[in-house]
Amino acid sequence: MTARKTTFAAAAFLLSGTALMAQDVTLTIESWRNDDISIWRNQIIPAFEAEYPGIKLDFQPTAPAQYNSALNSKLDAGTAGDIVTCRAFDASLALFQNGQLADLTELDGMANYSDVAKSAWSTDDGSQQFCVPMASVIHGFIYNADAFEELGLEEPETVDEFFAVLDAIAEDGSYIPMAMGVNDQWEAATMGYANIGPNYWNGEEGRNALIAGEAKLTDAEFVAPFEQLARWSDYLGRGFESQSYPDSQNLFTLGRAAIFPAGSWEIAGFRTQADFEMGAFPPPVQNAGDTCYISDHTDMGMGLNAASPHQEAGRTFLNWLGSSEFANLFANAVPGFFPLSNADVSLDDPLAQEFISWRGECESSIRPFHQILSRGTPNLSNESWGTSANVIRGGQTPEEAGAQMQEGLASWYEPQQ
Amino acid sequence: MSDRAQKRPFRWHIVVFLAPAVLIYTAIMIIPLFGTLNLSLFARAEDGTRVFVGLQNFRTLFGDDRWSDAFWNATGNNLWFFVIHMLVQNPIGIALAAILSTPKLRFAAFYRTAIFIPAILSFVIVGFVWKLILSPLWGVAPTFMDALGLGDWFAPWLGLERSALTTLALISVWQFVGIPMMLMYAALLSIPDEVLEAAEMDGITGASQFWKIKLPLLLPTIGIISILTFVGNFNAFDLIYVTQGALAGPNFTTDILGSYLFRTFFGFQLQLGDPNMGATVATVMFAIILVGVSIYLFGVQTRLRRYQF
Repeated sequence: MTARKTTFAAAAFLLSGTALMAQDVTLTIESWRNDDISIWRNQIIPAFEAEYPGIKLDFQPTAPAQYNSALNSKLDAGTAGDIVTCRAFDASLALFQNGQLADLTELDGMANYSDVAKSAWSTDDGSQQFCVPMASVIHGFIYNADAFEELGLEEPETVDEFFAVLDAIAEDGSYIPMAMGVNDQWEAATMGYANIGPNYWNGEEGRNALIAGEAKLTDAEFVAPFEQLARWSDYLGRGFESQSYPDSQNLFTLGRAAIFPAGSWEIAGFRTQADFEMGAFPPPVQNAGDTCYISDHTDMGMGLNAASPHQEAGRTFLNWLGSSEFANLFANAVPGFFPLSNADVSLDDPLAQEFISWRGECESSIRPFHQILSRGTPNLSNESWGTSANVIRGGQTPEEAGAQMQEGLASWYEPQQ
Repeated sequence: MSDRAQKRPFRWHIVVFLAPAVLIYTAIMIIPLFGTLNLSLFARAEDGTRVFVGLQNFRTLFGDDRWSDAFWNATGNNLWFFVIHMLVQNPIGIALAAILSTPKLRFAAFYRTAIFIPAILSFVIVGFVWKLILSPLWGVAPTFMDALGLGDWFAPWLGLERSALTTLALISVWQFVGIPMMLMYAALLSIPDEVLEAAEMDGITGASQFWKIKLPLLLPTIGIISILTFVGNFNAFDLIYVTQGALAGPNFTTDILGSYLFRTFFGFQLQLGDPNMGATVATVMFAIILVGVSIYLFGVQTRLRRYQF
């Protein structure tokens, strides 16, 4: 009797224990998107938890500039979260090769993505995937539509029209023509060089030629964007040399600047800050009628920490990322981050809709130096930050900038030697 | 009897009282230091394993143009950072201490506290506040200079290659001038009145009393301040990182050894960190500081004359 009672009690205890554990699976998500914290906590997480009651999510973002190094240290120390937001290309590939990200090739949800979308998180031969593609960002120029109307300006299509518009704004004098600074350097490279460049090097064609070693950074098509950047400095605000990225955002949203060289990720922030109408135009082409190319950069994916104790729950969550429910939720909650899954998405925000519509009119490309070319030391992507900022500041000529980057690349990249 | 007197019991209390300091220092200083030195002798092979490479990392750092250019740039900038501190911070600190110690000054305690307060502020606050003050868009500096009719003299100093490093050094001086001031102030107060009265009897008063009597007595303190400044400057990192970011712009003109080490060790954006080269840079920094401190200890301190009162 007593023995049976004890067994029963023990079984009951074990059962309750497993039930408790099943309820207790909490997946911690590592991310650099601290801007999205309220969207995750208020919209995405409740939607997921309602569908999968056994799994709880905890969104734990770090500051963007520290994310990569913080994540690497945490993975090495075994303290990283279960779900890892993946930077595109090499940073995540290195994690996968170290065995720190789980192989997701067999994940059911992977069927929802195109090969282009998956390319940023595949091994070089494309045989294995390690992150679920989540979002891309598109570059262009956001402008103050009220200011354009006031000055009677139209969206420029060619480079000449673009500078004519800038001249007109400068002449009027009530607005700073363009809001950009070079203090943080990456704006100059990302919103400057990588934004306007694809029109010169014909998008993927030029990017692939560079990877294959058939084109050099000293070639005209890679120096020409620098020449345009050098002309920009006349239209930036006073003291742009020490103007930081948040300064530029504030200048624009306060209505003091007319044009903002942008990435689509700005849309959400600008919507809440600016009280004027905004429009957007893609980077201007050289001659009217040229094919336009845009930087439609795979930016964010999500992977599974290989050391996480909750592999099954993690896979359940990653599968859900491929659903059209998540795609719609995410695209509308974070306008400007465009989902990469094949699910149909309708965007409520007209500005975001404008950006995504360029996918139909122009050829998409990704940022020039993110795939393969930034593997060595010196790091080409980081070099381009410095050179782009130097060119705008006037510390370097466009030719010197191209030569410096080419020399750095050739020092370690065989196809360029 | 005599046997017992000669054989003294082992003095356990010495071990017991030394143990906490020895253990803590070993755990958090000595082991990591040797770990760093050790790490600099390895490299990561293609397949991710660690291989012993001897001094190859040092050869790369000094022999490879890219590494050595960046390294010497950072070292040069760091020297300039140190020179500014020695030329501006310490003389001002001494002058402030001299003024504060004059008995006629009113509100001395208030000035002392006010000047010392920045030294206890976080780098993040100091960096952010000065960035705002000097901001060409919303800063008080351009408005203030406009009001004085000096508007044309304003420039975005933190963003210009020729002025960014000096500006940062001066911000750091502003923050830390209180520390030499406090040390000098304490040293000035400890000069006995008899010495000063004897000097007065000999007709040495006022400024010449400061130069001829007080300053020589302060030399050991000035030496200590110099070495503290040296170590502090060559380990500096926070202010650069907070105001200019890890890329130490514009165009690496504000890159000092600390920020160079950070980029190398932890990586930045797409550039992955390289702990082995990072440890190499850290080892060289350690050597630089060690040499500097040794020069002071053996070359300067032993020659300083001490006065016992």
